[in-house]
Amino acid sequence: MKFGILVNEGPFTHQASDSAYQFVKAAIEKGHEVPRVFFYYDGVYNANKLSAPQADDRNVVKRWSDLAIEKDVDLVVCVAAGLRRGIVEDNLMDGFRISGLGQLTEAAMGTDRLVMFGD
Amino acid sequence: MAEYNFETEGVKKTITFLNRKAPYGTIYALEVLESVLISAAFEQHANIVFVDDGVFQIKKGQDTADLEMKNFLPTYGIIEMEKEDADEDEDMDMNWRIIVEKESMEARGLTPDDFKVTVEVLSSAELADVLATSDAVIGG
Amino acid sequence: MLHTVNKSPFERGSLDSCLRLSKKGSAILLMEDGVYGAMSGTTVSDIVANAVKDNSVYVLGPDMKARGLAEGQLIDGIKVVDYAGFVDLVANNDGVTPWL
Repeated sequence: MKFGILVNEGPFTHQASDSAYQFVKAAIEKGHEVPRVFFYYDGVYNANKLSAPQADDRNVVKRWSDLAIEKDVDLVVCVAAGLRRGIVEDNLMDGFRISGLGQLTEAAMGTDRLVMFGD
Repeated sequence: MAEYNFETEGVKKTITFLNRKAPYGTIYALEVLESVLISAAFEQHANIVFVDDGVFQIKKGQDTADLEMKNFLPTYGIIEMEKEDADEDEDMDMNWRIIVEKESMEARGLTPDDFKVTVEVLSSAELADVLATSDAVIGG
Repeated sequence: MLHTVNKSPFERGSLDSCLRLSKKGSAILLMEDGVYGAMSGTTVSDIVANAVKDNSVYVLGPDMKARGLAEGQLIDGIKVVDYAGFVDLVANNDGVTPWL
């Protein structure tokens, strides 16, 4: 089955990004496809390469980046939401790309299930 | 990583935009609205639903000048126009519904006359039926 | 339809809205802070126990454990799932409605 994922909140402040990540990992382990994860609202902050959490806790931004690279997951940051919040190419973590809101609609249309994680 | 190529030719889904938050206290109302407008470009069916404090999003008489924030109430008028155009255009297969939950509306002392756009008022049970038919739910 | 509730019923009305707007026979997953809705002996336990009669109610195990909730504290009839179980719930229901 193909799952589209929508992440509404940034790293650390809310659990949404963690829940989404654990879900995506489990889905892939079960043999499902996760063609796209779309980051909207404050979710765009998950792509901020300047995030530097404490060493004894998970690195949310890097974790998404590693997943994108290792499992070829398309991580998309909404351009408009990103601009509002200062997430642009210059500070974009590897593995993410910036694109339009249409990519979310496309994910809703082209997947079997859309799963949203937010506050 | 690379852009995923979806096969969406001929795909027609029903997307529910579930609005449950009041405007201005958080950004969710505005950014969901932007995603509704984009979905029009893809001619997908949509249920634009206002529940709980979401009913306040379409309340008339919003004046944000003193807050120095953008007043986005007029944008709901654009949504209504998109819906009307789709309803009138026989060549377009795009069913949009603008729905308010009766219980949410009444709990907040509102009536349909308080809203900027024309809405369908549904009971909780009727709305539960509509929500059960969603292919995808987007909200905030 | 799978309904997800991720906030505590003591903080927010999301669980109420979910129960009001979900059809009987739904699957409901309590996750993140929503797991507190699965506890017996609270002011909302009766409401949730009632929901269990008409729906399949689940709680996300990792979120329960993180918050120090034991299975023995759960309302009767609520089933514990892990993330693999969450994935199965999404796959086996025809869609997901999130109640944030």
